[in-house]
Amino acid sequence: MQMKEYKPLIVAFCCNWCSYAGADLAGNNRLNYPADVKIIRVPCSCRVNPMFILRAFQRGADGVILCGCHPGDCHYTSGNYYTRRRMAMLFSMLDYLGIERERTRVEWVSAAEGAKFAATMNDFVAQVTALGENKRLEDLRCKR
Amino acid sequence: MRKLSLENINKLFAAVAEDKTLYLPVDQSDGSAKYSKWAEGTVWSNALNTVRSPKDLFFPQTEDLMEFKTEGKNIEVIDIRKESEDFVIFGVRACDVKSFEVLDRVFLSEPVDSYYASRREHAVIVSLACSRPSETCFCTTFGIDAINPEGDVSAWKTATDIYFKANTEKGEEFLASIEALTEESDDTAVNEQKAKTADIMKKLPLADLTTDSFGGGKTEELWNNPVWDEFSQTCLGCGTCTFVCPTCQCYDIKDFDTGNGVIRYRCWDSCMYSEFTRMAHGNNRLTQKERFRQRFMHKLVYYPENNGGLFSCVGCGRCLSKCPISMNIAKVMRKIGGDK
Amino acid sequence: MQKITRDQLITKAVELLSNGTVSAVLGWQKGEFDYDITPAVFTTEEEIKNNFVYNDFCGANFSKYLVAKTKKLEGKILVFLKPCDTYSFNQLLTEHRFDREKVYAVAIGCEGMADVVKLKNKVDGIISIDYKDDAMYVDTLYDGTVKVDYADVLAERCINCKSKKCVAYDELMGEDGEVIDSARFDEVARLEAMTPDERFAFWQNELSRCIRCNACRDACPACTCEKCVFDNPNSGVENKAPANSFEEQMFHIIRAYHVAGRCTDCGECSRVCPQNIPLHLLNRKFIKDINECYGEYQAGAEVGSRAPLVDYTEGDLEPGEVFERGDNNA
Repeated sequence: MQMKEYKPLIVAFCCNWCSYAGADLAGNNRLNYPADVKIIRVPCSCRVNPMFILRAFQRGADGVILCGCHPGDCHYTSGNYYTRRRMAMLFSMLDYLGIERERTRVEWVSAAEGAKFAATMNDFVAQVTALGENKRLEDLRCKR
Repeated sequence: MRKLSLENINKLFAAVAEDKTLYLPVDQSDGSAKYSKWAEGTVWSNALNTVRSPKDLFFPQTEDLMEFKTEGKNIEVIDIRKESEDFVIFGVRACDVKSFEVLDRVFLSEPVDSYYASRREHAVIVSLACSRPSETCFCTTFGIDAINPEGDVSAWKTATDIYFKANTEKGEEFLASIEALTEESDDTAVNEQKAKTADIMKKLPLADLTTDSFGGGKTEELWNNPVWDEFSQTCLGCGTCTFVCPTCQCYDIKDFDTGNGVIRYRCWDSCMYSEFTRMAHGNNRLTQKERFRQRFMHKLVYYPENNGGLFSCVGCGRCLSKCPISMNIAKVMRKIGGDK
Repeated sequence: MQKITRDQLITKAVELLSNGTVSAVLGWQKGEFDYDITPAVFTTEEEIKNNFVYNDFCGANFSKYLVAKTKKLEGKILVFLKPCDTYSFNQLLTEHRFDREKVYAVAIGCEGMADVVKLKNKVDGIISIDYKDDAMYVDTLYDGTVKVDYADVLAERCINCKSKKCVAYDELMGEDGEVIDSARFDEVARLEAMTPDERFAFWQNELSRCIRCNACRDACPACTCEKCVFDNPNSGVENKAPANSFEEQMFHIIRAYHVAGRCTDCGECSRVCPQNIPLHLLNRKFIKDINECYGEYQAGAEVGSRAPLVDYTEGDLEPGEVFERGDNNA
């Protein structure tokens, strides 16, 4: 049997107003980033609650990245400030439970930063690929 | 009666584990004991009993029943049942042995639960007589003899030796399989210990608890007892009592969507939970009082009514030591009139 | 041993009940043994005189009961609060979970409560307990009377008591204490210093014992949702039993996360856990992180304070920087 090349599954939560538009721009500019990144559009980065992140891992994600407007630029004024605190606490807790800290990331990407979006995704995919499959926060039932 | 020096107990475990999986109480990192698979180096716990009951081995907390795979408009149903492997449960106390009878009446009556039945058929139960009962023990209330436990094989542990006696055909086979390790012995030492333990049993604080006020046909009499209001007032509604109970047998069947199919599984349910027996119209029992009443009425009235007077409590005392607010069946029985 | 006695509390309860200040009393009811004490609502003098007890095993935090007990109550309910309970009391008030007007709170000084599990690990067959000044004398089935030092059975949460100060009450019995500079974060720091593999192994061992009885959640004074997400069949994560290690992890992460910034560190979660999982170490991790990242914060220290996770500053650290704390602590 031939070993299949390992391709991580990445879930990217992108806020509607900045990061999703940033992803769009990356597409319009024909910038390359791996197709293993699955984007989920959310109204604001603060819509993402910790359960979303955990559920993404449960369903087979190897890495989860959350993108929102730059602090100060939130469409709803302050949403991403809350995100920042929440995710800092969540990531720290995951790390405390022994789950690889490289599997999660928050990045601020504006609508004008198509290039940053593509670069971020390339970097994150490379980082997760290096880690390998998510084993510590997996639900085997979803891999049957 | 067969005898083995406790020094050689690990040889016995090794011999048993050669062709059967062996489960026995093993101390955990938190100091409590748990039924665990024996492997070289495993040390048999001295604890009186485990926190989780041995019902786990017949009726696990979660168990996959079947699987569905969908492809387009086709659904494939996959039977994932496997014939259980032969296994031995070693060191089961008299109360827990009795709990198997309570579970059998539920799972082995028609329609037979094949998942449970398969495990039951493949198990050999080696019970262990008690010699240091705890203050929370009240098995005698339910007519259980802690010093003469049932099971396929009964065992008695003294300071230096362990003695075995077979009660069933399976038990005879088990003893035959370890015959080379054991020697024939009289029962003097066992009888001595039995007498000592019997004395202690009489001194237990709950020794005077009786079931006289309970049993089949008492539903109307006990339904409106003020005890339910009073004692359920501070019940947290957690499931501790039901999950550590060796006889609680309620479960829920659910579907888990895996993203590429469905796994139908069952898991223990607790009558203490607000979602217990939830139906299309909502819940039967809307308040904690009703849920609280359900648990005790089921154990002390409904179950004996349907099962020839057999109570579905075995007096193991797990709920007495584990309830976060120390509310338990002994208090309920006392209040309603369990005093002699 | 507690300085406040059962008789003092009974006198107080009877006085307030008979002069009409309160119509019910939330207190401790004696059990079959000396240690299995049940929280109970008393409404008559007779009940109080016959069944009310107070000793070293009265560890239950009563604050959460006020949410349910004040709802349909005529008049006021008397509640006895230990110092740590007063923090939960304030936190619930901050979240508008019960009507302060319906409660008469009597704060009682606390010398630290005993842990039944610790006692049972030391002594078999407990018949009765005599509380003397120097130690408890336990009458047992097997070993006669055994002397047990209070310090040897002191609950973990009391060894690391954060405060003996009563922060909310209508009346104080005994002496008020001070906030203590405790070593409660030492164990968290010990875990943080481990490698991720060691931490993972540690938590797998602990969480794999979980039987999902929900006692930690149900006893928690900060967990007061009308309907928990884990009980809601429409939430997609409802589960009555952990099917695998993922579900164990998810439940415990979310349980601790949902009370992050609101947890007063009363330690009820660990006390009630039938499997002795050190759940407070999850909660304390959040408290420690919050203190280090967003400034010292003690939930329940005062009514009306804004919890750190529903607040922000423009200069907060980035999620990626949370691992590289040290010089840049806020």
